Amino acid sequence: MTKPFKQHLIDPEICIRCYTCEMTCGLEAITHDDNNVVVDAEKCNYCMDCIPVCPTGSIDNWRVVEEPYSLEEQFGWDELPEQAEIAAAEESDSEALDDAVAALLADAHAGAGGRARAPASAAKPTINMYSLARPAEARVQGNYRLTEEGSDSDVRHIILDLGATPFPVLEGQSVGIIPPGTDAEGKPHLPRLYSVSSPRDGERPGFNNLSLTVKRVEGGVCSNYVCDLKKGDTVRLTGPFGSTFLMPSDPQAHLLMICTGTGSAPFRAFTMHRQREFPGLKDSLTLVFGARRPGELPYFGPLGKVPESFMRKLFAFSRQEDAPKQYVQDKLREEDDRIAAILRDPKGHVYVCGLKAMEQGVNEALADIARGAGLNWSELRDTMRDEGRYHVETY
Amino acid sequence: MLDLINVSYDTRIPNNVGLSSDKRVLKALEKWHPGYINWWNDLIPRKFQESLIYLRTAVSVDPKGWAKFDYVKMPEYRWGILLAPKVEGRIIPCGEHYGEPAWQEVPGEYRAMLRRLIVIQGDTEPASVEQQRFLALTAPSLYDMRNLFQVNVEEGRHLWAMVYLLHKYFGRDGREEADELLRRQSGSEEAPRLLGAFNEETPDWLSFFMFTYFTDRDGKMQLESLAQSGFDPLSRSCRFMLTEEAHHMFVGETGVGRTIQRTCEAMREAGIDDPFDVDRVRDLGVIDLPLIQKKLNLHYTLSLDLFGQEVSTNAANAFNAGIKGRYHENRLDDDHQLKDATYPVWNFVDGKLVREEVPALTAINMRLRDDYTKDAAGGVGRWNKIIEKAGIEFELKLPHEAFHRQIGVFAGKTFDPEGNLLTQAEYEARKGEWLPNKTDGDFIQSLMKQVTEPGKYAGWIAPPKVGIDNKPGDFEYVKLHMA
Repeated sequence: MTKPFKQHLIDPEICIRCYTCEMTCGLEAITHDDNNVVVDAEKCNYCMDCIPVCPTGSIDNWRVVEEPYSLEEQFGWDELPEQAEIAAAEESDSEALDDAVAALLADAHAGAGGRARAPASAAKPTINMYSLARPAEARVQGNYRLTEEGSDSDVRHIILDLGATPFPVLEGQSVGIIPPGTDAEGKPHLPRLYSVSSPRDGERPGFNNLSLTVKRVEGGVCSNYVCDLKKGDTVRLTGPFGSTFLMPSDPQAHLLMICTGTGSAPFRAFTMHRQREFPGLKDSLTLVFGARRPGELPYFGPLGKVPESFMRKLFAFSRQEDAPKQYVQDKLREEDDRIAAILRDPKGHVYVCGLKAMEQGVNEALADIARGAGLNWSELRDTMRDEGRYHVETY
Repeated sequence: MLDLINVSYDTRIPNNVGLSSDKRVLKALEKWHPGYINWWNDLIPRKFQESLIYLRTAVSVDPKGWAKFDYVKMPEYRWGILLAPKVEGRIIPCGEHYGEPAWQEVPGEYRAMLRRLIVIQGDTEPASVEQQRFLALTAPSLYDMRNLFQVNVEEGRHLWAMVYLLHKYFGRDGREEADELLRRQSGSEEAPRLLGAFNEETPDWLSFFMFTYFTDRDGKMQLESLAQSGFDPLSRSCRFMLTEEAHHMFVGETGVGRTIQRTCEAMREAGIDDPFDVDRVRDLGVIDLPLIQKKLNLHYTLSLDLFGQEVSTNAANAFNAGIKGRYHENRLDDDHQLKDATYPVWNFVDGKLVREEVPALTAINMRLRDDYTKDAAGGVGRWNKIIEKAGIEFELKLPHEAFHRQIGVFAGKTFDPEGNLLTQAEYEARKGEWLPNKTDGDFIQSLMKQVTEPGKYAGWIAPPKVGIDNKPGDFEYVKLHMA
């Protein structure tokens, strides 16, 4: 028996036979007869080029199958067949078609306590354009240290230029970086995931580039490779990945962003996107950001320039001299009225991103604040998560 | 409101034509742009201009770049100038220059003809926005309102595309023509739009859906044949416009389909089997199927008139010059010059309709119209499937091409929808069975009530099966500005 796989299909009841997909597909995987427009499972490589060009949404249909539906079967359809009962089908709605990447993301999102969902008004992400077998190449445009020279924490801001290679990425999505060389067993390294820290229209608006926020980890194969990159170096990328940890398009949505260290990457992207799209918004972002000291807090300088009226910023430092230890949960408790208002707001969204270790403290603080406001946190959290308003990405 | 002085044309106008380094054209467009924004602002009621609308913007021509969805205020929509990627080694696909390299500059001998084609195409784009300007006030849902505005901003972008060509390639008279495109107004007494069908107001949403299905499909066919032009910049402009035109086809096809769906549902719920039991069906607050057929008859035949005379020397000249090809010219397998070929064209001989072979070169319009009819028939078949699924005995049909025509061989004669010749008196007596009359129009008007609650739809139309950009059912596609 072949391994079950996801087959790309077109819904004949919704398709208007404009053939835009067929004209777009570079592989000629899409064809039609007098009845239907269909996808050849043998040729489709999931590049997703046909998805955004479809005016109807009929193109975005998938069935997990053991044997693909043939072209002849598809030509004969009046409607799409139901998903057959195959065990793998339940997980087919994943964040990446690559099993290893999907597992990583599932683990990172596990802290939300249930199946993660994208915010209702989020833009539709593109996923899986580039794979290990067919990676994208980017050129390093810059590599800047974000933490103070004296600190033992080396966090880097890396800018990658994609040139003419399409690489549509939304704030909150991740990319895979393939370190060169082989592992101890002589196999090529697998990609490591990094969250993109630039907004969708580029690190610089209108440029096809993106940025990453990477911390050097002692002995880490990929992080050392990335942190040592020089301007002009070429990097191999996979992705984009992730279809739930995304920001709402709705400008009325209030975003509470809680992070430590490089967990700030997606929030830098969120903030920049909001600033570019809706610079006039007031008081719709709250950032709670923890680090040991100010000198080790990535983007501490640029963050200072974001007006408080645009984004309320709460910094927690755990190793600052002459000051008590503070963690992000302490800041949440200090601002309990503000946090409670966001939890009550039907358009309030909560995002947690950073090390796994922060999860518990944040969860307890939110539970306490909710209780104080007469809310049941575990119920509220489940509701918010199901509505795409509660997101956790920890590693 | 958009800051007109500090527009960064580099970023405000997404383009792949090197606008920032083409100072002459950039300057011309900068001069034209304020007039365009004024036209837009005067046109669409204010509160919609201030509202946030979930729109698709094309920022580049690669598949990933031309459908960016986000909330935008319409006057801040980024109308881009985007040409489909250049095909290296492209040749003139038809006519006497067949096989020569495609022109990158306007060939002097065809300058006037090309300019006229571009102006006619350009004139229809703003015209349809003008025709549809009041529809948002009666939108059956926020979803439909958003689709209307999407169609509108894209028609606006198509105007930009044609204006760019005029500015870039036609010097001073091009600039004057570009200004005229903003001066003419749909339905205006002194400066009407160039084509008749674009001077009628679109009075209701069923008309809008029929218009986008039938009349925009004429636009699609015209774009298809201009996409086959030997003048490469025009071809590339039109090829990219076609990807957007597909959205307009979608709005039309699903709009009519959802109207039919709702009518069938309501009939079933009320236990009405007879689609001709019009009064009872109308009492349910839905549009009876015979009236949908009448609207179809009207819009299909008005659109057929847009193809012009069946036998036309103008069309032959444009084809022969290589500036306008046939539908899918590059996929046709013949000499691409039509030296000896013939094509059957309707004629009226001894009181009978016959198809006569004429030189194919002169029958370019007829051929495009036939391609159009085939294309239009597909959706009608899918509408019939909805009716069939509901178990109602009724079939929508495209009327005979002779019916209700003002241009071409059938003009001035009266036919029924089956193509039988009638006397004027017979025709007048039965016209009300085939075309919407005043009572029909009043009835449809009575249903046109704005619905603005997210996820809710007016009673005469079913919700769509899939949201735009895969959004859930209650997505707020338009955040109405509360003035």
